[in-house]
Amino acid sequence: MEVSNDKEYIYSSTELDCDEGRIIEEVKAGSRESIPDPDAWLDEDLRRNIILTSVDWVLDWARRSSLWTAICYPACCGMEWMATLSPRFDASRFGMEIMRASPRQADLMITAGTLTWKMAPNVRRIYHQMPEPKWVIAMGACGISGGIFRSSYNVVPGYNKIIPVDVYVPGCPPRPEALIYGIQMLQKKINKAKAVPDLSELPNPLKKGKKV
Amino acid sequence: MIVALPAKEIISQLSDKFPGVIEEAGQDSVLVKSDSLPAVAEHLKTAAGFKFDYLNYITAVDYYQYFEVVYQMTSLEHNHSAILKVRCHTRDNPTVPSLIGIYQGADFQEREIYDLMGITFEGHPNLKRIFLWEGFDGHPLRKDWNQ
Ligand code: SF4
Repeated sequence: MEVSNDKEYIYSSTELDCDEGRIIEEVKAGSRESIPDPDAWLDEDLRRNIILTSVDWVLDWARRSSLWTAICYPACCGMEWMATLSPRFDASRFGMEIMRASPRQADLMITAGTLTWKMAPNVRRIYHQMPEPKWVIAMGACGISGGIFRSSYNVVPGYNKIIPVDVYVPGCPPRPEALIYGIQMLQKKINKAKAVPDLSELPNPLKKGKKV
Repeated sequence: MIVALPAKEIISQLSDKFPGVIEEAGQDSVLVKSDSLPAVAEHLKTAAGFKFDYLNYITAVDYYQYFEVVYQMTSLEHNHSAILKVRCHTRDNPTVPSLIGIYQGADFQEREIYDLMGITFEGHPNLKRIFLWEGFDGHPLRKDWNQ
């Protein structure tokens, strides 16, 4: 199928190829800057929109103890992650033995491996398909910065160019212990999250100008 | 075990049938003129003493002054292998005839070389990028390619 488009395609004029190329170029162009830690910007929105009472503690406990992971293993770090899941290291101690083939049922993405630009739109799509609240652990040197492939022509220099990352686990690849430590860090982070606004910071309508 | 057929043997048989196509011969590789490549490959595949019926790989090297495309083929019948090379001396639009009519397996490898090295394979029915995406600028495995 030939497509007529104002952009001139040099290598192929098949619709599928052009579409793919366009998507990758768009993602690449929009990914120059790293996305900051979600703690810096996500909380604000949530605080304004969700009003709950002291179920905070229960919520955090439930969230941190049932981290189901989406599948994202583009390269060798995936092996260590599989080892983490296996009985010897036993990730099910943290309530995360279930791997979700569907991102709709996942809350955590462990990005175990090198990401190429060609794969980037798909990883971002998987991330967007995960329901809130969701977290990302960047595993390994490649996940953090592109690792040894950083200056390569086809490697994304760090997942935080594509999706917001909560915890970074260094190593090439990180040992399962390191990954488990990273997961525990994330659990601590989730534990601190407050869905409930701090009452003392809200204006009290009964006492004008004063806080409770 | 598969052993490399000495280049001498290949040349002694080839030079009778294709006079003047051999440019250079190493210990076990033969450099031929690029326009006679399909005929030579066809002969190596079918001729009784050779029967190189299996194409192991195609690869390409950028030597700055020229590109070299390297073919290794094996005969599963006689258990011997040979390496065939061709050169193209231009950087603008280097062209080599495609071997897809002789070895079906050449399809993806020629596309890969086209994608990463920018060598055009004349006669390839679907020569387009295979690894990189449409819109990628240039051919990154060339020595003079810069991000
Ligand atoms: S960090 Fe090391 S082990 Fe992990 S994907 Fe990169 S190269 Fe592979």
